[in-house]
Amino acid sequence: MDLALTAEQEAMRRTVRDFARDVIAPRARETDERDEFPRDVIRRMGDLGILGLPVPEEWGGVGADYLSYILAIEEVSYQSAAIGVILAVHTGVATLPIVMFGTDDQKRRYVERLATGEWIGAFALTEPDAGSDARAIRTRAVRDGDGYVLNGSKAFITNGGVADVYTVFAVTHPERGAHGVTAFLVEQGTPGFAVGRREEKMGLHGSPTAALEFADVRLAPAQRLGAEGEGFKIAMSQLDGGRIGIAAQALGIARAAFDAAVAYTKTRRQFGRAIADFQATRLTLAQMATDIEAAQLLTYRAAGMRSRGQPCTAEASMAKLFASDTAMRVTTDAVQLFGGYGYTREYPVERLMRDAKVTQIYEGTNQIQRIVIAKSLERGGLP
Amino acid sequence: MDFSLTDAQRALQQDLRAFAAREVAPTAAARDEDERFDPTIFRAIGAAGFAGLPFPGQYGGAGGDAVSSALATEELSRVCAATGIMLSTHVSLVAWPVFRFGTDEQKRAFLAPLASGEKLGAYGLSEPDSGGDDAGIQTTAVRRGDDYLLQGAKVFSINGGEADIYVVYAATDPTQRSRGMTAFILEKGMPGLRFGKTERKMGVRSAVAAELVFEDCVVPAANRLGAEGEGLKIALAALDGGRTGIAALAVGIAQGALEEALAHARGRTHFNRPLLDFQTTQFKLADMQTEIEAARLLTRRAAWLEARAAPYTRASAMAKVMASDVAMRVTTEAVQILGGYGYMRDRPVERMMRDAKITQIYGGTNEVQRMVIARHVLAE
Repeated sequence: MDLALTAEQEAMRRTVRDFARDVIAPRARETDERDEFPRDVIRRMGDLGILGLPVPEEWGGVGADYLSYILAIEEVSYQSAAIGVILAVHTGVATLPIVMFGTDDQKRRYVERLATGEWIGAFALTEPDAGSDARAIRTRAVRDGDGYVLNGSKAFITNGGVADVYTVFAVTHPERGAHGVTAFLVEQGTPGFAVGRREEKMGLHGSPTAALEFADVRLAPAQRLGAEGEGFKIAMSQLDGGRIGIAAQALGIARAAFDAAVAYTKTRRQFGRAIADFQATRLTLAQMATDIEAAQLLTYRAAGMRSRGQPCTAEASMAKLFASDTAMRVTTDAVQLFGGYGYTREYPVERLMRDAKVTQIYEGTNQIQRIVIAKSLERGGLP
Repeated sequence: MDFSLTDAQRALQQDLRAFAAREVAPTAAARDEDERFDPTIFRAIGAAGFAGLPFPGQYGGAGGDAVSSALATEELSRVCAATGIMLSTHVSLVAWPVFRFGTDEQKRAFLAPLASGEKLGAYGLSEPDSGGDDAGIQTTAVRRGDDYLLQGAKVFSINGGEADIYVVYAATDPTQRSRGMTAFILEKGMPGLRFGKTERKMGVRSAVAAELVFEDCVVPAANRLGAEGEGLKIALAALDGGRTGIAALAVGIAQGALEEALAHARGRTHFNRPLLDFQTTQFKLADMQTEIEAARLLTRRAAWLEARAAPYTRASAMAKVMASDVAMRVTTEAVQILGGYGYMRDRPVERMMRDAKITQIYGGTNEVQRMVIARHVLAE
């Protein structure tokens, strides 16, 4: 039992926190208002190594542990949840599977570029009719000589349209069910691959979400990631980590709303006193702080377990569920504490509330997380 | 960042779980029903070496720390919250202040028998007109030669009347309000110490909460704990640790209720399917489990900070608020999952729901805790 961060983790967190304050914070509002991908900020994150934290040094990364990477998502999301998810998707679900399952050639071509931010990565599993039920995907890859021909479409792809390489999941053997899915690395500009409609979202403006279309896209054998039929194994390998990443994003959002609420209630005066002096305000602030700390402990516990290579499926789901529900409550309460001002775009809390909502939905809806947790209880996974 | 228990802590947890199943669980329902405090349970706790877990061996303790203490309270409360509250009061609010603030002589005389389980402890702070507001204290202690004369009364003293040793707070300088408060160690049988009404409670019925009455109660000056005027400091320090204990108690109650609900959901069939097959049930159980884990991590963190002698007032207040609210929600849901059976006294969940309520109230109400937390976060 050791609940302290290591000196390296502390130092890394400080570096990212300072960077986020100096570089991301001044751009957060504009990124939200214009809904533009902040490419220059992302490039600077790459220069600093933030995009390759958990990637081994031999492949261009920093070689930090998983918890350090999770702390980075939290700190980045504290200033901009949109940039937080760009990081989580790029590094967590796009880059790490290539580190784990890629050939040396693929690591040289992709990981080295992704880890430094020279290229942006994306992860394409979801389809219009296959969200939580990923087994229902219909995108097909058919053998053609040595290579494959890819047809189908993907939906809600984060970094869609700005990414240079996409990890795309397609059915190669329909008769094999979950074992008939294969992963491919599809580069932007490949003939037949087009980015479709870009979604207009409630929040996370600046993080592009787009549909992808594949029409007779020819892929060389070297574009296949892992073996045929290993697609789900590859997708599942990042499931727990992805959920911890979203828990960290939610935590960053919640902390930002809380700090804004504390600062505001100390200065806002009504009936001759700061509203922070009213018990009603204090009750709300205390509940926010308590929920945030609990969410933080759940998130760090899961990340620590993953850093040590321990199974953490239920722990990751609990962190994601609790942290995202906390982010939603805390941001909603923050808007309430700000009153009418909270509803205006002058203050950041309305953006934070919009950004919080998606953390209850993506990387497995919270309903899916509850099913995962219930299953672990059913199997006797009690402490 | 590693929340996993050490091998020694895990072994202790297993021992406690086995002890609770063997010595505490079988009589929990009957003791509750009869509102009967059973001194043999405390004796068994002492014999097993659990009465002084966080204290050094030289004083009869087990040489553990606040984490060991939290594990003990959680495991006992999982089957019987009344036993958890009895032990947690004994350790955190009686033995601990003697350990922390007592003289060597006092530690030998009082801590050693408390830690070994030879004697049971109780404490007296709350008064009819002074609960969360310690400044309203009316009990007085007037110096007379080598003694103090205590006058007044305390209410809701857990273990009161059953205990041998009492840590009691009284005003030595009433003009100073809370700054004039002093702590004393009393023993059962001292002239002028009398036990008044024993409360009839909603829950934790096999633990006693009694009135302590001091009528010209003669307490030797050697029994003063700390200096005159240090009472508030001692009480606040003890209550910080006590809150971690209440949090552990609440986590234990909630864990016990979750296990009952899960077992019922597995076995009970509705519409030809086990209750557990319905998503409604699964979602309730998942939320219960998640909230319990959140509360448990906050509790372990507060205990861990205390064990490292780091500040933990804010952490223990957060743990107490979260865990007690979780215990209330989880036990209420457990009763709901058991349906009609849950409401009946031959199943333990109705007792757990009654027991959970006190954790939101005592050791400083959750409202007071939130004020403490707010003061900390607004000062940061």
